[in-house]
Amino acid sequence: MEAVQVRDVFKFYKKHADSHKFLTIKSALVNKTLFGDLEAGERFEALRGVTFDLEAGKTLGIIGENGSGKSTMLKILAGISRPTAGEVVTQGRISALIELGAGFHPEISGRENIFINGVILGLTRKQILEKYEEIVRFAELEEFIDNPVKSYSSGMFMRLGFSIAINVNPDILLIDEVLAVGDASFVPKCLDKINEFRRHGKTIIFVSHDLATVERICDDVIWIRKGKIEMRGYPKRVTDAYLEYVGKKDEKKSLAQHGEEEQEAVREREKRWGSREVEIANVRMFDAANREKYIYQADEPLAIEFDVAAAVEQDDFVFGIGVFNSEGIQVYGSNTLLENLVSRSLAGSGKVRLEIPALGLVNGTYFLDIAAHKRDGYPFDYHHFQYTFRVTSSHRDVGIARIPHRWQFSGGIGFKKDENP
Amino acid sequence: MIEKLKEIIRHRELIYTLVSRELKARYRGTVLGFFWSLINPLLLMAVYTVVFGFIIGGARAPGFEGNKWMYALFLFNGILPWTWFSSSLLESANVLTVQGALIKKIKFPVEVLPIMVVTTNMVHFILGLPVLVAFFLIFGKPLTAWVLFLPVSLLAQYIFTMGLCFLVSALTVHFKDIKDILANLITLWFFATPIIYPYDSVPRALQVVLNFNPMTHIIESYHYSFFMGSLPHYKRFLVTILVGLVFFYLGYLLFDRLRDTYVEEV
Repeated sequence: MEAVQVRDVFKFYKKHADSHKFLTIKSALVNKTLFGDLEAGERFEALRGVTFDLEAGKTLGIIGENGSGKSTMLKILAGISRPTAGEVVTQGRISALIELGAGFHPEISGRENIFINGVILGLTRKQILEKYEEIVRFAELEEFIDNPVKSYSSGMFMRLGFSIAINVNPDILLIDEVLAVGDASFVPKCLDKINEFRRHGKTIIFVSHDLATVERICDDVIWIRKGKIEMRGYPKRVTDAYLEYVGKKDEKKSLAQHGEEEQEAVREREKRWGSREVEIANVRMFDAANREKYIYQADEPLAIEFDVAAAVEQDDFVFGIGVFNSEGIQVYGSNTLLENLVSRSLAGSGKVRLEIPALGLVNGTYFLDIAAHKRDGYPFDYHHFQYTFRVTSSHRDVGIARIPHRWQFSGGIGFKKDENP
Repeated sequence: MIEKLKEIIRHRELIYTLVSRELKARYRGTVLGFFWSLINPLLLMAVYTVVFGFIIGGARAPGFEGNKWMYALFLFNGILPWTWFSSSLLESANVLTVQGALIKKIKFPVEVLPIMVVTTNMVHFILGLPVLVAFFLIFGKPLTAWVLFLPVSLLAQYIFTMGLCFLVSALTVHFKDIKDILANLITLWFFATPIIYPYDSVPRALQVVLNFNPMTHIIESYHYSFFMGSLPHYKRFLVTILVGLVFFYLGYLLFDRLRDTYVEEV
């Protein structure tokens, strides 16, 4: 059975032009839609003839660049906006995780907001009451539930919103990039929940930039480019083709973005702690040619470098790093103490450089922890999930790490190389 | 239309929840809390009592026998329901924009928003009624059984206000200047309604003009049932209810017709 059928869907938006000023009430009434006869030049074509089906119980990923039409497609599926032309047929109850915590009022307690948001999402008060405990527990907000929402951190806000939305118990779940804003420790929990939905045979449409997660949880992936389906198929195939396309463009952008991201991270206090007697700053990554870079091949050499400064001389200190994948799993962690380096003195400032001859990771987005602390764990400066880098390569292997390996065959086994993988 | 009304009734829990959210949010964190919703009509009453009761001499109009306190009571009697009407109109001009996230980010029955505005303001009005009754007791003016006419007045005002608010909230999305026009229009409308002067003190020729204003009969119905203690002019009132229903129908029709445009325009 098809849970979702999309037929030749077009969506045009009006470009914001001055023509609007001359619109009269009368013409608005006559034309009904107000955009009845837009000239080609006046409109922005967000979707240009999208057609696809999705079988019930399957998980579909939608990828594409910003502005490609992914989110517009999702909004149409959710029934928020209507297509300019074409048809969408869906079977069953839909819940869209596009905006978490819609209708939350900052002055009101979390408890009351659960009811407000739940009713807005289409639950009755009775249904919410039944799921109330579950919602609070999943959001990990037992202690704070009676505080006004304005006192919540962005992570808490997002957790509560997500927790309510998934408890709507839909047949079709639409997810738009909402996981990107969550605190990193909550994301794995969300993914678990999504996996649980899959096991229960729910239909899921997942829009994301996190290709690693898309590959992991989707049965099928659509790549939308400029309002049209560019490609549909097996996740790895589509994401690889997509990566190839954006690769070059991304490289340039990424360098520029790194500076901004770092500033933003500093603002977010909960991700950084410690006494700051030793301070870490300026964390950068370099490739073999010593160029600053944040996108790497699977086995590329790289170096992580950061500045440290101590206001008062220290003799007890440890530097450490941790690498986490997008699901929050620690891929690797080590520090100077574990590698039997005994600290002697740190005075003024210095530079720490960690060289990695071959990365050995699979494709995906990774987070870095960088820390300076005492031998007993007393933190000087702990940067948690503050830095990201990405591994993109043509390798299609999966897992947590890329173990060095080679295939060998003997006897009557024969292979030939696939020229067109 | 009947189908659409049923649809609205199905959303009653949502309306109830949103109205109580508005009320709670308004009273939370303020020391005077609920008192704030009374301050506006009380201030208006004070200003008009001073200006028209003491300075210009509105209290000399028939029915007050020069008694300035009776005049103040009469004023409050009309200003209280008027505040419900005018706040609803002004807020509905903003409501779709202010609550834009609900329209843009989730599937949401938009008509609930103007309904929320009118209903919330009605609750404020109802909460003000005990104060009105208290004033009657303090000033020693007896209330009669005609006070029980109140629900009918309430219903008539609700229907008419709702119709206008559908109209206003739908149109302001597309024509932002309506907001500015509206504020002036409401001031004008206030003076074109017998609130600071009694209907009977108006020359007959002007009464004909006043009769075309539905708010005249709605406010008059409050004057009759509270201040004068008699049955409102039921023929005029019935016509007003019919006019209110026409406004409601037209307002909703337009609101429904422009429904798809809100997502993109707010």
